[in-house]
Amino acid sequence: MKKAKNINSNTLLLLITVVLFIALYAGGCIVYSAKGFTHLQTFLNILITNSGLICVACGLTVVMLTAGIDISVGSLVAMDCMMLAVGMRNGIGAIPMCLLVLITGVVFGLVQGSLIGYLNIQPFIVTMAGMFFGRGMTAVICTEQVSITQEINATFYKWANAKITLPFGGYTNNKGKYMAPFVRVEVLIALLVLIIIFLMLRYTRFGRALYAIGGSEQSAAMMGLNVKATKMKAYMLSSVLTSIGGICYCLNTMAGSVQQATGLEMDAISSAVIGGTLLTGGVGNVLGSFIGVLINGTISSIVKTNGKLASSWPNILTAALLFVFIVIQSLFAAMRARKNR
Amino acid sequence: MEDNVVLTARGISMTFPGVKALENVDFTLRKGEIHALMGENGAGKSTLIKCLTGINDFEAGEIHIEGVDEPVKNHSTRDAQNVGISTVYQEVNLCPNLSVAENLFIGREPLTKLKTVDRKSYNVKSQKIMDDLGISVDVTQNLENYSLAIQQMVAIARAVDMECKVLILDEPTSSLDDEEVEKLFKLMRMLKEKGVGIIFVTHFLEQVYAVCDRITVLRNGALVGEYPIADLPRVKLVAAMMGKDLDDLAAIKGETKDLSHEPLEISAKGLAHIGTVKPFDLEIHKGEVIGIGGLLGSGRSELARSIYGADRANTGSLKVKDKDVQIHQPIDAMNLGMGMLPDDRKAEGIIEDLTVRENIILALQAKTGMFKKLSRQKQNEIADRYIDLLSIKTPSPDTLVKQLSGGNQQKVILARWLATSPDFLILDEPTRGIDIGTKTEIQKLIVELAGQGKSIMFISSEIMEMVRTCNRMVIMRDREKVGEIGGDITEQKIMHAIAGGEGE
Repeated sequence: MKKAKNINSNTLLLLITVVLFIALYAGGCIVYSAKGFTHLQTFLNILITNSGLICVACGLTVVMLTAGIDISVGSLVAMDCMMLAVGMRNGIGAIPMCLLVLITGVVFGLVQGSLIGYLNIQPFIVTMAGMFFGRGMTAVICTEQVSITQEINATFYKWANAKITLPFGGYTNNKGKYMAPFVRVEVLIALLVLIIIFLMLRYTRFGRALYAIGGSEQSAAMMGLNVKATKMKAYMLSSVLTSIGGICYCLNTMAGSVQQATGLEMDAISSAVIGGTLLTGGVGNVLGSFIGVLINGTISSIVKTNGKLASSWPNILTAALLFVFIVIQSLFAAMRARKNR
Repeated sequence: MEDNVVLTARGISMTFPGVKALENVDFTLRKGEIHALMGENGAGKSTLIKCLTGINDFEAGEIHIEGVDEPVKNHSTRDAQNVGISTVYQEVNLCPNLSVAENLFIGREPLTKLKTVDRKSYNVKSQKIMDDLGISVDVTQNLENYSLAIQQMVAIARAVDMECKVLILDEPTSSLDDEEVEKLFKLMRMLKEKGVGIIFVTHFLEQVYAVCDRITVLRNGALVGEYPIADLPRVKLVAAMMGKDLDDLAAIKGETKDLSHEPLEISAKGLAHIGTVKPFDLEIHKGEVIGIGGLLGSGRSELARSIYGADRANTGSLKVKDKDVQIHQPIDAMNLGMGMLPDDRKAEGIIEDLTVRENIILALQAKTGMFKKLSRQKQNEIADRYIDLLSIKTPSPDTLVKQLSGGNQQKVILARWLATSPDFLILDEPTRGIDIGTKTEIQKLIVELAGQGKSIMFISSEIMEMVRTCNRMVIMRDREKVGEIGGDITEQKIMHAIAGGEGE
């Protein structure tokens, strides 16, 4: 008798997420078709608003695969935005500023990663310190809100306002004008990051080592993998991706402020979890996290389109979804335990 | 180095703080042989293996490996793998969330031209490796989808594929069933044909005789000898491991005495705990050793727990020394002169980070109350007395318990209960997981204690052990007391009673 091929846990969790996203989006389309929810642009807007989050979630997925966590990402994004805004206000060019932000990410990640990898300090504690540091530094750079206008830096302004139109999927508005769908630069950056990290996780030794460490750190060490270096690199990667996310975020908001991106780390963690990444490590995929971000974005979008619901509703819906996912995951774990007995 | 020898260790010595773990030990492994490394708990087997695999730094001696000119000194498992020594442990050290193929190749995956891992190539290679070893698995499936036995074999396959000359199997069969063990043996024999030298560490004597060619015996960190399997029958092996004659084992108990005229220590009537044990009557006399027999899960421990108050009895009455008593929780039982050694000692018994002395006085301190601290002098007195009485092998009473071997930890817990000088002592699987020598000592001790007028309830999965020590047996089946055997207790009688009349 031929045994039915087992779907592995990675794939199944991802599948559930995809189905959920489609159902949610289809629901939104049916209920709010009159308000233009069916237009392709609605979907693209979700991508535009969440491009920063996509990069951050990719980074977080990487560390979560090793059974770690990085809660410094929200503060780092705020710090990045503030650096960009203040730097450019003081006359530094857009490209040097972006490079500086990336270098900051490398250093930030190097410090956090070394503490976690080599000194074996709990990731939660280390990145919590990073979180306070990032938020504090943001305020040290400048306490008030700094907007990036055309006068401050024309190049950055041009990047932020560039429309990349798509040749399909447009609609004619009620004044009879054809509205071509468009995305922005940050969406391209985010999607590029997504693809690179996806391939890296799947096809490089480093990527596979991340999964191995998440599966069993002790075994990974026994099998001769360099656990410490791999963990350090994971946190470095997370901070670098967060910095890229910070640039995307800044392109979207065109401002730096101390209160920016508060709780972004939680959005990223919840996206990853909804996308099927286990907090216990070893299971997960950036595609899942991407769809997790889309699900969160869709919820916000639906609530916004409705117009009457209070803005707190996305939180409650996200909470409900997270709950469902945690239950599914624990059922999974229970099933696995039973099978192994 | 002589021909066809793959590994020699000469004069290996190693000390842990206060304990001489290995002293001048020699070990020789030949090509294509399965070599059993035997010894009681604490004999130095694990230490020797850790010296070979680079986990322990040995102090003196040399290790030579075939093909390496210099003496080898490993500093990590990675070093050991590089010179061809691979180890497979009792717990599978692989990643359950990765595919079988990845587990075989992780960290050394074949790469494509783009420096990415070549999944196709290692999937094909892995399938071939597993097919060659006669293990039928789909290598693209996650490891967690397979049984522990298969996982164990994948670990071995990985070790073998890394071109190991020496394969160390450390208690690989502990969690496998008979059929799985047989599969593992098949694999071991196959590797032997290929010229791999295998070091096999196990507690199971019959497995040694089923698969090994040669036996090296260690005792107390010293080499006892190396023997071809044919020269060392089972009885002699046990004697070599324990360093004493086996006659001790046979007759621990003298004649079975009739103790029914002695005063009653415990008398239960219709005692029950709903859901775990059905109502039972039980009388235990002074100086009696009463065994509780039955299959695992038949209610053996539960019966004891309901007397001791660990599970509060719902119905029935209990008399201790002919007085009606109410036991709500274990401290009540302790105050009535009872003690219980629970079966899950890791979780309920030993406290690893306390010293031997502190572990021993723990129950006594709890009984006297936490505000009446025993004086240091008194503590030392008690600890010394029981270390001596039970011959606990520890460098000092102030050694941490986790530094002792399993059997000695066991004795420490036993000492803890003896220190409360109970009149009635419940021992739930006191000999599980410890070596034969210590087992015998504990059995002797039980008989001795009974001789001093203590009543003992002895629960064990090993029938012979109870036959040797008990005056009377209670048989449990399906959470119910189904019978008692007194007088001449034999293994057959017990088996029949447990099986429940279907025996003949």
